[in-house]
Amino acid sequence: MRIGVPREPGGRETRVAATPATVVGLIDLGATVIVEPGAGERASFTDDAYAAAGAEIGDPWSADVVLALRTPDAEHLDRLAPGTTLVAMVAPARHPDLLADLARRGITVLATDAVPRISRAQSLDVLSSMANIAGYRAVVEAAHRFGRFFTGQVTAAGKVPPATVLVAGAGVAGLAAIGAASSLGAVVRATDPRPEVAEQVRSLGGTFLEVDVQQEASTDGYARATSEAYDARAAEIYTEQAADVDVVITTALIPGRTAPRLLTAADVALMKPGSVVVDMAAGQGGNVEGSVADEVVVTENGVIIVGDTDLAARLPAQASQLYGTNLLNLLKLLVPEKDGRLVLDLDDVVVRGVTVTHHGEVLWPPPPISVSAAPSAPVEPTASTPVVGPAKPTSPARRYALIAVAFAVLFAATAFAPPALATNLTVFVLAVVIGYYVIGKVHHALHTPLMSVTNAISGVVVVGALLQFGQHGPVVSILAAVAVLLASINIVGGFAVTRRMLAMFTRGPS
Amino acid sequence: MSADTAATAAYIVAALLTVMSLAGLSKHETARAGVAYGIAGMAVALVATVVLAAQSLTAGGVALLAVAMLVGGGIGLWRARVVEMTGMPELIALLHSFVGLAAVLVGWNGYLEVEAEGAAQTTVAPELLGIHSVEVGIGVFIGAVTFTGSLVAYGKLSGRMKSRPLTLPGKNALNLGALVAFAALTVGFTVTPSLGLMIAITAVALALGWHLVASIGGGDMPVVVSMLNSYSGWAAAASGFLLDNTLLIVTGALVGSSGAYLSYVMCQAMNRSFLSVIAGGFGVESGTSSGTEEGEHREVDADAVAEMLAEASSVVIVPGYGMAVAQAQYPVADLTRRLVERGIEVRFGIHPVAGRLPGHMNVLLAEAKVPYDVVLEMDEINDDLASTSVVLVIGANDTVNPAAMEDPGSPIAGMPVLRVWEAKNVVVFKRSMAVGYAGVQNPLFFRANTSMIFGDAKARVEDILKAL
Repeated sequence: MRIGVPREPGGRETRVAATPATVVGLIDLGATVIVEPGAGERASFTDDAYAAAGAEIGDPWSADVVLALRTPDAEHLDRLAPGTTLVAMVAPARHPDLLADLARRGITVLATDAVPRISRAQSLDVLSSMANIAGYRAVVEAAHRFGRFFTGQVTAAGKVPPATVLVAGAGVAGLAAIGAASSLGAVVRATDPRPEVAEQVRSLGGTFLEVDVQQEASTDGYARATSEAYDARAAEIYTEQAADVDVVITTALIPGRTAPRLLTAADVALMKPGSVVVDMAAGQGGNVEGSVADEVVVTENGVIIVGDTDLAARLPAQASQLYGTNLLNLLKLLVPEKDGRLVLDLDDVVVRGVTVTHHGEVLWPPPPISVSAAPSAPVEPTASTPVVGPAKPTSPARRYALIAVAFAVLFAATAFAPPALATNLTVFVLAVVIGYYVIGKVHHALHTPLMSVTNAISGVVVVGALLQFGQHGPVVSILAAVAVLLASINIVGGFAVTRRMLAMFTRGPS
Repeated sequence: MSADTAATAAYIVAALLTVMSLAGLSKHETARAGVAYGIAGMAVALVATVVLAAQSLTAGGVALLAVAMLVGGGIGLWRARVVEMTGMPELIALLHSFVGLAAVLVGWNGYLEVEAEGAAQTTVAPELLGIHSVEVGIGVFIGAVTFTGSLVAYGKLSGRMKSRPLTLPGKNALNLGALVAFAALTVGFTVTPSLGLMIAITAVALALGWHLVASIGGGDMPVVVSMLNSYSGWAAAASGFLLDNTLLIVTGALVGSSGAYLSYVMCQAMNRSFLSVIAGGFGVESGTSSGTEEGEHREVDADAVAEMLAEASSVVIVPGYGMAVAQAQYPVADLTRRLVERGIEVRFGIHPVAGRLPGHMNVLLAEAKVPYDVVLEMDEINDDLASTSVVLVIGANDTVNPAAMEDPGSPIAGMPVLRVWEAKNVVVFKRSMAVGYAGVQNPLFFRANTSMIFGDAKARVEDILKAL
C-alpha cells in the first residue's frame, strides 16, 4: 500500500496530514509513504525530517491512499486513479454535490470529520482534536486583541481587576477555551444547552450559567437545536452578560445547520469599548450578529469582533501532529493485520461512519447509532418473577402485636409444659436473646472468624453424644462414638482455623 | 458436692465463657481473647461431661471415647492447618454438616434408647414420653436439614456442584409440603412411635435440606453459610432439649440466634427479605435479566493503569470474588504498600456480601498483611468515593453495579452497592465481559470514566507493579 501526503493548497491552510512521527507509524503498518516536497514546510516539518522518518519525497497523487486535510481541487482529483482512497475533511453534510462528484470518479472517500462520537472512536476524532486547538487559540486571539490583563493583580501602580470571559457552548472547543482562559487568570463563565456539562465546566475552573428551562437530552453527544422557551431565556442571559463581560467566545455549532445566533447587534452594542468577541462559528453563519468570516470587525462602540475560521491552522505544528495521529489511528483500524492491506469493514460502525463514498456510491449519511454516553430508557423486566423490593418497615402497631403474640405463645407453651421442659424453655429463650445482643455490633471484618468460632461452639453437641455413649447397647454406643468423632473435628478445627485467621489481622503502622 | 452438681456448675461456667467468647469476637482488640474464652469454655464442658460419663463406663468404653475425640480432633487440626484462606468457605460449610450429622445421630440414639424399647424403657417418665418423642423428631429434623444443606453448600462452594440455582417447578410448595409432612409425621410418631416414621422424618428432612440450598445461587452463598451456621446451633439446642442438658440448650441457642442475626445483617445489606432466605426461596430472581452488551467499553493496559495510579492522590480498591479466585491478594497488598510509600492514600471498600462467605475479603486481605484499619465497609467508604482519584475494581461485579440504584427493572434493584462510578476514574479488572453471578449486565463497564483491564487479576496486578 502506498500512502501519499500532498502539500495542502495555499491560502490559510498551514497544516499537513502526516508528521515525521506519524510517518513512522504508517510505515509500521506495512505502507510506503510518499510526501510531496514542501508538504510540511508551513508546519515546521522539513522534507529532510520526513526522509529521515522513512518517507519518500515525490508525487503523492499516484498513491493508493491519499491523506489530506482539505478536499483537493478538481485538478488534483483528476490525477487520482479510480479506486484510490482519499482521507480528508470533506464536510459531507454541507457538500452533497462534491460527494456525488467523488463517487462518480470512483474514489473511496473517508471523511475524517464524520467520525461517530463513541468512546472507541475518540482516538480518531479529528473534530475534537481541531476544536481543542481552536478553543485554545480563540482565547489567545482574544487576549492578543484585548487591551488589558486577563488576570487580576495588585501592583504598586494600583489594582487590576481580572477580565471576565463568557464562553458560549461547552463542547470540546468551549471547554478548551474555558481551560485556557481560566489558566490565564480570567473569571470564566460558560453557557450550554446541555445541563450535564456543568460539571465539566466547573472542573476547568469556569462558572456554569444555567438556563433554567427544560431541555431534551442529547442522544448523539452533540448539542441539539433548542426550544423557543429556552432561546428566549438564553437571549436574556446573553444580554445581561454582554453588558458585564470583557471577552466573549462563542463556539455554538449544530451539525449540518447554520450556526445559532447567540449575540444580537443590540447585545454587542451593550459591551464596553475594547471588549473582544471571538466568533468561532463565523464560517457557518456566525453566532454573533455582525461577525464576518476571516475578518476582524470593530463596531461603532469599539467592540472587536474576530471572525477567524482558521484558528486551528494557526498552531500548524500542533494541529498537524494531532490530525496526523488521528489519521494514524484510523489507518490502524483499517489495516488490522499490519500487512499494508487496507480492509474496509463496513459492518464496523466507525468505518461505516467515515466512509462517505465507496465503489461509485454515496454512502452518506450512515445509519444512526446512539452513543454509549446517552442515557438509555429503562428496560422492562423480562421475567414475571416478582423482584424483591426494599423491605417494608413494619408499622409500630403491627410490631407490638407480633411481640404480644410471641409472648402469648411462649406463655402458653411454658404454662402447659411439664416442669422439666419449662426450665429448659426458660434457659433457651434467655440464651437466644443473649446471643442476639452479644454480637449486635460485630465488626464486618470479623464475620468469618465469628462464624468459625460459633461453628466450633456448636460442636458442643459432643456433650450429648458423650452422655449417650455406653448407656444403651452397642448400636447406641457406636452411633454416639461416630457423633463424638464428627463433633470433635468441628470443635478443634473451628477453633484452630479461627486462631489462624485472627493471627493474620494486623493493624497498620499509624 | 456430687458429680452431678459439679457438672451443672461446670456447665454454667462453660455457658458464661461461651457468651464472653462471642462478645469478644465482635471487636478486633478482643477477638483473640474471645477465642481463648471459647476454648476454655469448651474444655470445661468436655472435662465435666467426660468425668460424668466415665462414672458409668468401663475402661474400654472410656478408651474408645478418647480415641474418637483424639482422632476427630486430629482431623480437625489437620484440616485447619492446611486449608487455603480462599478455601475457607468450603471448610466452614463442611464443618457445619458434621454438627448436623452429629445432631441426627444423637436424635436417633434418643429414639433407640427410649421409643424403640416401647413400654420396657425406664429412661423417661411415662408422662413425659410424648414430649420426648416430639424432641426426637425436631432434633433429627433440624440436624438432617443442616447436614444435607451444608453438604450442598460445600459442593457448590468447592465447585463440585453447579452453582446455578436449581429451579424445580413449585419449589415453594415443595418446601412447604416438606414442613407439613414433617409436622404430620412427628405427630404420628408421638402417638405411635415406630422405626418407619423415624426413617420417614429423617428422609424428609434430608431432602428438604438438600433442596433448600440447591435452589440458591452460588452468588448468595455468604448468606447461606451464615444461615447454616445458625441452623447448626439450633440443631445443638434441639439435642439439648432431648437430653435435658442445659449447656447444649444455652450454647446451641447462642449460636443459633447469633447466626440468625448475622444472616439478617447480610440480608439487609443485599436488600433481601430475611424470611425468604430462611425459607430458601431466595436467589430466584437470578438470571432473569438477559445479559446483553449495552455499549462500548474502553480497554487499557497495565502501563496506563500504573500511570493513572502514579498521578492519583487517593485510591480505593474494591475486591470481589474474582480476587479470591485469582489469589491476587498478595500482589494487591504489595501494590497497596507501594502506593502508600508514594504518599497516596489507599483504602479498601468491602461490600458486605463480597466473596462467598461473610467477611471473606477481610480474611484474604489480612492473610496478605493489609492493615485492617484501611479496610472499610461499604457504608464507611461510599460517601468518599466521589472525591477519589482512582477506584480499582478487582473481580467484583454485582456489588458495584449502578443498575441496582438506577434501573428499577433490574433483578438486583434496591441492593445497596458501592458507588464506584462517582470516582474520577474507575479501572475494572475482569476476566472477560461476562456477566456476574446475578446474571445482570453491568452498565458501569460502559461509563465514560471506566476502563477495563482484562485477564487474570493476579497477573494484571503484577504487571502494574512492574510498570510502577
